[in-house]
Amino acid sequence: MDIMPRWVDIIIVPLLSLFLAAFLSALLIIAIGESPIAALNLMIEGTLLRSAGWGYMLYYTTNFIFTGLAVSVAFHAALFNIGGEGQAMIGGLGVALVCLFIPWPHWTLAIVGASIGAALFGMIWAGLPAYLQAKRGSHIVITTIMFNFIAAGVLNFFLVDVLKPKGSMDPASANFPSTTHLPTFQDLASLFGFEKAFRSAPANVSFFIALLACIAVWYLIWRSPLGYEIRALGKSGPAARYAGVRPVKIIMIAMMISGALCGMMAINTTQGESERLILNFTEGAGFIGIAVALMGRSHPLGVLLAALLFGFLYQGGAELALWTKIPRELIVVIQALVILFTGALSLMVRAPLERFFMSVQKAKE
Amino acid sequence: MTKNPAIELRKISKSFGPVQANKDITIRVMPGTIHGIIGENGAGKSTLMSILYGFYKADAGEIFVDGKKISIPDSQAAIAAGIGMVFQHFKLVENFSVLENIVLGAESGALLSPSLGKARAELAALAAEYELNVDPDAIIEDIGVGMQQRVEILKALYRQANILILDEPTGVLTPAEADQLFRILKRLREEGKTIILITHKLREIMDITDTVSVMRQGEMTATLRTVDTTPEDLAELMVGRKVLLRVDKAPAKPTKPVLEIQNLNMVDDFDVQRLKNINLTVKAGEILGIAGVAGNGQSELLQVLGGYSAATGIIKLNGSEIDLSTSVSGDGQARRALGMAHVPEDRQREGLIMDFMAWENAVFGYHREKSNQANRFFMDNNAIRRETEEKMKRFDVRPPNPRLTAKNFSGGNQQKIVLAREIERNPDLLLVGQPTRGVDIGAIEFIHQQIVALRDQGKAILLISVELDEILSLSDRVLVMFDGEIMGERNPANTNEKELGLLMAGVSEKAAQ
Repeated sequence: MDIMPRWVDIIIVPLLSLFLAAFLSALLIIAIGESPIAALNLMIEGTLLRSAGWGYMLYYTTNFIFTGLAVSVAFHAALFNIGGEGQAMIGGLGVALVCLFIPWPHWTLAIVGASIGAALFGMIWAGLPAYLQAKRGSHIVITTIMFNFIAAGVLNFFLVDVLKPKGSMDPASANFPSTTHLPTFQDLASLFGFEKAFRSAPANVSFFIALLACIAVWYLIWRSPLGYEIRALGKSGPAARYAGVRPVKIIMIAMMISGALCGMMAINTTQGESERLILNFTEGAGFIGIAVALMGRSHPLGVLLAALLFGFLYQGGAELALWTKIPRELIVVIQALVILFTGALSLMVRAPLERFFMSVQKAKE
Repeated sequence: MTKNPAIELRKISKSFGPVQANKDITIRVMPGTIHGIIGENGAGKSTLMSILYGFYKADAGEIFVDGKKISIPDSQAAIAAGIGMVFQHFKLVENFSVLENIVLGAESGALLSPSLGKARAELAALAAEYELNVDPDAIIEDIGVGMQQRVEILKALYRQANILILDEPTGVLTPAEADQLFRILKRLREEGKTIILITHKLREIMDITDTVSVMRQGEMTATLRTVDTTPEDLAELMVGRKVLLRVDKAPAKPTKPVLEIQNLNMVDDFDVQRLKNINLTVKAGEILGIAGVAGNGQSELLQVLGGYSAATGIIKLNGSEIDLSTSVSGDGQARRALGMAHVPEDRQREGLIMDFMAWENAVFGYHREKSNQANRFFMDNNAIRRETEEKMKRFDVRPPNPRLTAKNFSGGNQQKIVLAREIERNPDLLLVGQPTRGVDIGAIEFIHQQIVALRDQGKAILLISVELDEILSLSDRVLVMFDGEIMGERNPANTNEKELGLLMAGVSEKAAQ
């Protein structure tokens, strides 16, 4: 019998872990010489109380949903995809090629084309390590990390040579044509007469594509026979073999779906925000995706909530850096604490909770 | 009696989380006796012995050795108290010699050679005293399982054990090796050693023990003198109700061949030939049993048939040849579609996904079949859950809750989930590996009945088991495997354990006659 009711496992454990992480972060902020209460106020004011704050937060959230989902899908097959950074970078390249070299009449078509380009490129970039894992047994963690560096090199090459407009000093591609411009939240709000809402914030329609991706991943993992096979292989290799599931095929497919999702992050950053391909546009989102997947327990709804939290931390952190002497790096520390507590140390929270529920059970008997 | 018991446990209790593994266990083992502890899997035998050997700490209770109260915080303390343990899975270093293994952990001084020299002399003395002859310089991986077990016993004796605990010692032995072991144990008893024998085999208890304690669900239900009891009584005490120890079945009516295997050979990843020229036929309406000591190619045969190991040769199912060239990638689903069902040897590793819920496991391997699909893209989870609940009721799985995770069922109920899945597909051929390993006696009865019922419907059944009793009582024909080869065929009605035992030990057909 499971000792704890499901809701405790799903809701109370992460919340308690989060609370512990917040408590330690507060101690850190005190050590720096600032007030944690004031810091929290500032973070909330800078993200949740202004529409532009929301615009920034949801922009980050969109990235984290894509990478979080990507890591989750791989997790279900017991594969640890650390290559989100690289896959997103190559996805960006796909977006750039699609946007620059195909004359799109309207953004609605451009986003479909760019999504396919991003997914395809990310898929290929994840497919190479997947093939090495499935056929040659090269460990996916090692290969995907190495592919991050290769991707950075490839992106560099394209931006200082192939895609850089003649005469430009900037390692970046030309600006995308205006027909590929994705409506931002500001554009959308203006349609309804709120010109001042979400002013200059980067969040754009790709947020809705991220939400659709959540639903699609849920159907894939929990409803489709393919997702069933992915989960089966992830839980037990010998059992999957017994049931006639082909490990090579499933490893390839799971990783390629993962890579495709990472790649699609680029429609938000590259097509939506910078509107040209630039260096380092991924800003570590591929790695944050690991934390998001861990905290969201590889479930699309969990990933969505965790991505919102990390979006909040990212935007709130920027606010802190702007208005206090708390460095932006502290946010990285806070994120690390959240990862530590929700991932590695969740057992620490779970054990006393289990004991508590056991004593409740005993008392009932 | 005036003598102090060699070991006495008083009111030992131990729980793991909500599971009470041992509850107020009290037991007295007199010196110079063989004391059997019998019980179903999960009855708490191993937990009790682990407490005695210092692996677990009891929540409550006291331990006395020779009348003195002691505490056993770790295995060092157990050894110091004169307790030796022979585990079901040997704890030997494969590429060390016998002598090195015996000394391991009991070396004295910085240099190895003096301890080895001392051990050599000691070993010779022990061998003479207990008739435990072993070549001290043989490498462990070169000697047989029976010999390895002897090394384990010597290890304990070398550490001056007066009380020897053996956990399921015959699980890996041929009947002949088991007889040899029992001779050794009797000899040890003559020399005044105390032996605790943990087993789930009633026959062994009857053959060799002086006293027997029965455990059920963490409690000690009875301690009896072996001469005062019968196997039927013990079975009833173990299960808590009357059980049928024999399988009732009518004579088989075999018809057309369903599975034909010709010249099947298989070489594993380490270039060891695991199957050598296997030829066999299973007809509709019969149970073909394959006997053999574990590790003689039976598992590989099942893997090849199940479609997840490559092999060469010919396998025909219902007359049409199966493609064996598909290597490790496996086409188990295609074979299922042809009417082959497979109850694998290890249900926890292969047959079930322990983290999946019962309903998810109930379609495992058949999840892409039309009947389980709601449409082209998605599985029909609601229908699967409904069907699973009905199946669980028909197969008496307790509790019949399709949303319960597989690991939360007992071994017997897990096996019933696998059987329900495979049998309810109405296959032409059923492969069954170790159908009752780790399954309680009550469930064994049920599982055997189901297998016989399937046979009576005119299906072909290939049964692989290391339990000779099971092979003899279920099969209509028996093949014996040794070292990847079929040693011979016997009719279970007119053969006996001794004859099969010789074949299982690799004594060839002619020599056996």
